[in-house]
Amino acid sequence: MDALIGYFLYFLSLLSVGGIYALLALGLNVNWGFAGLFNAGIAGFAAVGAYTFSLLTTAESTFHYGGLGLPVVIGEIAAFLIAGIIAAVIGIICIRLRADYLAIATIGIAEIIKLIFKNEAELTNGPRGISKIPRTWEHFSEARYFSSQPLSWFGDSQSWQAFFDSLVNWWWQPLFAMTILFFVFVVYIMLEKARLSPWGRMMTAIRENEVAARAAGKNVTKRRVEAFIIGTMIMGLAGALLAQHLRFIEPTHTFDPSKMTFLVWVMLIAGGSGNNRGAIFGAFLIWFVWSASELFLNGFIDIIGNIFNGMDISMLKNRSGYLRMLLIGLVLQFVLQKYPKGILPERRPAASGE
Amino acid sequence: MWDSFGFEFVNYYFVPGLVLGCIYALGAIGITLTFGILRFANFAHGEIMMTGAFLTWTFLELSKLIFGFYFHPLIACIPSIFIAIAIALSVDRFFYKPFRDSPTIMIVMASFGMMLIIRSLVQVIWGPNQITFVKGIAKPNGILRDLSGSFDMMLLVPSKHIFIILGTVIIMLAFNYMLTKTRIGKAMRAVSDSPDLAKVTGIDVEQVIRATWYVGGFCAVMAGVFMAMDTQFIMSTMGFRMLLPMFAAAILGGIGRPFGAVLGGLVIGFAEELSAYPWFGNGPLLSPGYKSGVAFSILVLMLIFRPSGILKGRVF
Amino acid sequence: MTSQSEIMNVSNLFAGYGETEILHGINLNVNDGEIVCVIGPNGAGKSTVLKAILGQINIRDGSINLADQDIVNTPTTEIIKKGISYVPQTNNVFVSLTVEENLEMGAWVNPEYTQKKLIEMYELFPDLSEKRKQPAGSLSGGQRQMVAMAKALMVNAKILLLDEPTAGLSPKYRSEIFSTIKTINNNGVPILMVEQNAKQALGVSDRGYILVDGANRHTGSGIDLINDKEVARMFLGSRE
Repeated sequence: MDALIGYFLYFLSLLSVGGIYALLALGLNVNWGFAGLFNAGIAGFAAVGAYTFSLLTTAESTFHYGGLGLPVVIGEIAAFLIAGIIAAVIGIICIRLRADYLAIATIGIAEIIKLIFKNEAELTNGPRGISKIPRTWEHFSEARYFSSQPLSWFGDSQSWQAFFDSLVNWWWQPLFAMTILFFVFVVYIMLEKARLSPWGRMMTAIRENEVAARAAGKNVTKRRVEAFIIGTMIMGLAGALLAQHLRFIEPTHTFDPSKMTFLVWVMLIAGGSGNNRGAIFGAFLIWFVWSASELFLNGFIDIIGNIFNGMDISMLKNRSGYLRMLLIGLVLQFVLQKYPKGILPERRPAASGE
Repeated sequence: MWDSFGFEFVNYYFVPGLVLGCIYALGAIGITLTFGILRFANFAHGEIMMTGAFLTWTFLELSKLIFGFYFHPLIACIPSIFIAIAIALSVDRFFYKPFRDSPTIMIVMASFGMMLIIRSLVQVIWGPNQITFVKGIAKPNGILRDLSGSFDMMLLVPSKHIFIILGTVIIMLAFNYMLTKTRIGKAMRAVSDSPDLAKVTGIDVEQVIRATWYVGGFCAVMAGVFMAMDTQFIMSTMGFRMLLPMFAAAILGGIGRPFGAVLGGLVIGFAEELSAYPWFGNGPLLSPGYKSGVAFSILVLMLIFRPSGILKGRVF
Repeated sequence: MTSQSEIMNVSNLFAGYGETEILHGINLNVNDGEIVCVIGPNGAGKSTVLKAILGQINIRDGSINLADQDIVNTPTTEIIKKGISYVPQTNNVFVSLTVEENLEMGAWVNPEYTQKKLIEMYELFPDLSEKRKQPAGSLSGGQRQMVAMAKALMVNAKILLLDEPTAGLSPKYRSEIFSTIKTINNNGVPILMVEQNAKQALGVSDRGYILVDGANRHTGSGIDLINDKEVARMFLGSRE
């Protein structure tokens, strides 16, 4: 029974993190699939969302200004909006850059963002990071929440404490996973609506033939900036959820562009770029492959360790993470050459609108 | 004057800036060549530099193992150069060539992927930790110190820095000769101007592309080895760390203008080191934590305000 | 079957870009020592003919023979090696290379003749000899055209293809270019040129082809075509 619960919880965590990546991929799809913008600064924008959320919702700290202890929902909304503001500033100045120049610029900007988070320790606690980030649903079981409104209306601190103690210790996980999937669902529906709307069709027209669109009088630049902002706001939200999942963030390793930015790109390309369904599918697929490969590789290494008794397999296990990254890189090359449109091809909206 | 300002400024800020500038310049040459001739930003370039450094370290350890003493890095780097060029050519053949006629974005994506693949491969083989490249503290070169001291301007420059600066100058001169006096060098400039015209002129563009990987790969390995000699350790993230300053240098100098890349590299190197100097008052101009931000900021500013660079290279 | 003195023969050529067909069954030929021009309204497919000969576009049907050898589906570099030299309409010099370096590049497929050819070209184009160390990008339009043509002649060209050599040039340079073309031809190089300046082009040509909408319309000797009333109505009225 315990093993079953173990598998169940593992599956839930796959769904949770997969869902966070799905949001990142959906956001990237707005940038890339809708507007053809090569945004390589995903890690930076996720960091903005994560830090905004954390600084607003963590309890007050002696090391830095804030946290402000605000409700999680406020934190999520703020993450969404602040990411959008930053994107607006960046977008307006960078939007005209050609594809690989935009990639370089956005990577550079993401690094600058991380440097700021690392150095302005008064605001962000610098390299020590922010911990004890409240996790939606689980946060109710923390003293500072159930001893204040609105939970305090339904009982006093002691009875709440007793209640939470009586639950299994993983009671919040299904709820957390469902919350994330709920966000994915809502964002998906809204992006599908956007895709089929006049705005969405204009974006497709611009992507297919920019010259013709400009000649027809469309304000291409403005549309692109809009797509940049919307996609990045979604990434900010994803960052906030990631902060909740990890409960601890710091400026250097949490938002590693090699893992985060690269992985999301692989997800979008493999799943089907230009394609909301493809983004979600690619995210879950690649995340499952990534996680499953960890299990397989570790199991495989254990077997080798058993066969060659006494061999020090800890070094192999240590390096298995890099082997997995290598394999994902090869997956990307394979997909780029053989299936450049991804696994789920794009469904174009019919002229009459579906 | 020398005692109060010059000594500190030259020895602890200017010379390090020059050294860093040389390293960035060498790396930026490969980037601007790839940009000019192959027409894409090669994100995997830093990893070639890094691989060159790791291979050189391996050959250094081998020399100790086999011969009982450490060769000089500039000797041990010779086999690394061959291997790194072989890697660059294979990567081009299997991962970039399929996209020659595709939209740029495909090959940029592929180079992104190569960046991760090469780095992960190095991490699997050599491990993720920092490795000491050269042990010990680098003492200032005695000859230079005494010579400059006799002019009342004491230069305390470790030998490794002298090697780096001289090495870069020699490579620059050789490179200049190649581009202006040899057939393949002129062909490289021609393809950089216009690949289509080169084709209908009968120039073998694939041969020029191979030459680009030879030259770019060589400069990358040298840059990586010089960096390793300077900092005295190597780690698998050093490629990415150098990538953005090198992009900045290439764009600053003007894409497709190799001497612009050199100029850009020097500017960025100086800017990074000199930003820590206490120009006004007691503290450094820019806090050291933001040092790596200098190159990024120059990069972003150039892209926005003058993407053609100082020497007016190509704007796409 | 090509006749004794025929250098190039294009027969029943159907070609285009990707899915779009531009040429619907073109026929033309160039004999040894001739200047042949191809004229027609915009969009007639004149430049496309040259691109097809060079192997740069999709050839669906028909044949292109260079001295009895079918060169359809041969890669461009091979075609250049076989002796077809080409001067594109725009972007026809390497702007950051000097005049002399441009010429050296022109000799890429036959590098052993470079020095000999350089001397020849500087005799033929004395202006270029003066400016040999200047970057080609700093020259005027007409001078650039000279560099482009000299560059194409650095190999022993069996035939020279010119794509609108006088496009965008002032009248003074136009006449100079046409007279240079005549001189090149007198030196033994057959020329196939596509032109917009129909009257002047026909004036220096031995024969001409008129293309409309991707198909042959008229053909005849240069003089006959100039005097043809219908041709005059179509093209020559609005020229000069």
